[in-house]
Amino acid sequence: DNGKCNINVKTGKIRLFILERKSLVANLEGYVGFANLPNQVYRKSVKRGFEFTLMVVGESGLGKSTLINSLFLTDLYSKDYPGPSQRIKKTVQVEQSKVLIKEGGVQLTLTIVDTPGFGDAVDNSNCWQPVINYIDSKFEDFLNAESRVNRRQMPDNRVHCCLYFIAPSGHGLKPLDIEFMKRLHDKVNVIPLIAKADTLTPEECQLFKKQIMKEIQEHKIKIYEFPDTEDDEDSKLIRKIKEKMPLAVVGSNVVIEVNGRKVRGRQYPWGVAEVENGEHCDFTVLRNMLIRTHMQDLKDVTNNVHYENYRSKKLAAVTCNGVDATKNKGQLTKSPLAQMEEERREHVMKMKKMETEMEQVFEMKVKEKKQKLKDSEAELERRHEQMKKNLEAQYKELEEKRHQFEEEKANWETQQRILEQQKLDASKTMEKNKKKGKIF
Amino acid sequence: MSEIVPPEVRPKPVVPAKPSHVAPHSSGPFVPSPQGTGGEGRGSALLGYIGIDTIIEQMRKKTMKTGFDFNIMVVGQSGLGKSTLVNTLFKSQVSRRTTSWSRDEKIPKTVEIKSVSHVIEEGGVKMKLTVVDTPGFGDQINNENCWEPISKYINEQYEKFLKEEVNIARKKRIPDTRVHCCLYFISPTGHSLRQLDIEFMKHLSRVVNIIPVIAKSDTLTLDEKTEFKQRVRKELEACGIECYPQKEFDEDMEDKSDNDKIREAMPFAVVGSDKEYQVNGKRVLGRKTAWGVVEVENPNHCEFSLLRDFMIRSHLQDLKEVTHNIHYETYRAKRLNDNGASGGNRKNTD
Repeated sequence: DNGKCNINVKTGKIRLFILERKSLVANLEGYVGFANLPNQVYRKSVKRGFEFTLMVVGESGLGKSTLINSLFLTDLYSKDYPGPSQRIKKTVQVEQSKVLIKEGGVQLTLTIVDTPGFGDAVDNSNCWQPVINYIDSKFEDFLNAESRVNRRQMPDNRVHCCLYFIAPSGHGLKPLDIEFMKRLHDKVNVIPLIAKADTLTPEECQLFKKQIMKEIQEHKIKIYEFPDTEDDEDSKLIRKIKEKMPLAVVGSNVVIEVNGRKVRGRQYPWGVAEVENGEHCDFTVLRNMLIRTHMQDLKDVTNNVHYENYRSKKLAAVTCNGVDATKNKGQLTKSPLAQMEEERREHVMKMKKMETEMEQVFEMKVKEKKQKLKDSEAELERRHEQMKKNLEAQYKELEEKRHQFEEEKANWETQQRILEQQKLDASKTMEKNKKKGKIF
Repeated sequence: MSEIVPPEVRPKPVVPAKPSHVAPHSSGPFVPSPQGTGGEGRGSALLGYIGIDTIIEQMRKKTMKTGFDFNIMVVGQSGLGKSTLVNTLFKSQVSRRTTSWSRDEKIPKTVEIKSVSHVIEEGGVKMKLTVVDTPGFGDQINNENCWEPISKYINEQYEKFLKEEVNIARKKRIPDTRVHCCLYFISPTGHSLRQLDIEFMKHLSRVVNIIPVIAKSDTLTLDEKTEFKQRVRKELEACGIECYPQKEFDEDMEDKSDNDKIREAMPFAVVGSDKEYQVNGKRVLGRKTAWGVVEVENPNHCEFSLLRDFMIRSHLQDLKEVTHNIHYETYRAKRLNDNGASGGNRKNTD
């Protein structure tokens, strides 16, 4: 048939165009009623409610919380529930806060993910890691939920959009900005914003925007692209928005009176910077784009592009574990049970290996210890011998000395006796002499 | 002394009729001797006009001939308006503006020190102004120790001066390249000081006179400004950081009250601009936005005029004095002690 099959690579949808078949373009002869289909879809979605997760990243003091409050016209961070900016963090945290807002019967579960502490430390290497981990964990949750048997409740907590706040230096992107966006542009829709845009005069703002876009192109960062529509009006709007990227925003929830009108803005001594005035800043553009026109598209891109990227990477990694990659190219759908069995087996093998290794190590250590003990025993023996020898030598010496001493003593005694004898003899002879003398 | 240090220009009470009001002037040798020679009561009563007070005039003439040196260093992340502010302060294109950065010059990977000198003249007084810029400070992802090149530079200048001083054959006028004042630019987040700011000031407040300023303060409304300033002051106090003017160097009550007023207003919230616009028939320096013109010299809009008066019109000489008498002497004492050299023959401070 004169059919044309159009496969849209991005969304995987297949469109069939049937050209010119004479009687297939049926003229309805009455009201059938399938024009009501969009309404049915609408009513169903309204009942279900919508979910949207928005992440804000930027250094502290760039007005992230104020902008969120202004965007959704609620005080997400109010005085008695101070936002993360009021608390000084030492490491990058990822915090989420949920709020349920209703408008015109439609309810939206809005999740705001904040990253206090980003870029605030002296050393900011890897401050993007917690953010990446968070996004990946949400993808993983969704993947697991999808793979479950009972899929009735699938909460979509994936991050649909990331607003990155650039400090209004007027020069260009900082190395931190470039690093962060490079690492996150294929995981989430990145929309760069110029924060606190009331610092810049209109000319400076233009220059700055041009500079940023140039750098983004230089580093091949893929920021969120607006989808092309066939509608003329829409495409004009989209072109206008594209020219204004990155959007320069000012946030405020304070209502001030200007010329009789009540506007939201910031009061300076030299004037009032109106938040919703298109000539003052691009806040209205951001709000319209984010909420009124492109919210669904952001969710679609997240689902079809970023999530699919993540999924294919994850599953490819899992199946390539230990198996030749070329063999399994086509088998991306390995049953998770088999996968788990394999993993378990691997795990058990690993454990066994570890066990044998440990035993070996243990044996070795025991041997070493024994050797050491033997050595020390021998050493002790030797010393003991030596000491004994020393002792004996000393004993011998002492004996000798004693002998000598005894000899001397004996000598001395004999000498004494001789002396005494002599004395006696002498005295005897003297007496004899005396006697002799007396007699004479 | 290599520099002529003229005493502060204040009308001095010459012949005290009521002797108790004579303010003892600590920097000059004019302490009235209690035992006045032939004078009635305290204070020396002059019996005629001698002409001692013309010394002020003589010093002025000398200074005009020799001129001043003034070295100012600007530190802060890129894009905070440092060069613009210096140009506005000295009302001339002293500093090369970085908006005319060609794209080939990327943000430097390490902190560089660039110094540019100009001689500007006003009312017959010549001033050699040197602006030391520090591109690359705080711009990297990892900013550990980014204050080290700056600290090294400051110490190198002290070292140069010390070497010249210690020379046997000294030059008549030692060229003074020491940094007299360091303007530290705080980013106007509205919350508090960043970790990097505190680290920098901790390391350098004992080495050089630091004057913190809040850059691009046209981001903040009046309430936010006062809150932010209070918070910054509290944090500085909590960390024990003493910025210029330091409390310990207040010499007398007058000084103290003046400086207290300044300290209450610090850090100054400034806006810089070198473009002129018409406002109410006058040409003023300012920034034109879609909702009004920020006038740089209007004290209701920003504190630029306060900063300028403080830095240039009243405390310029004091900045130099504190640098010479205190920071430089501390460095010198440390160096000579470390060397164990016979620096004892120059124990008396000037």
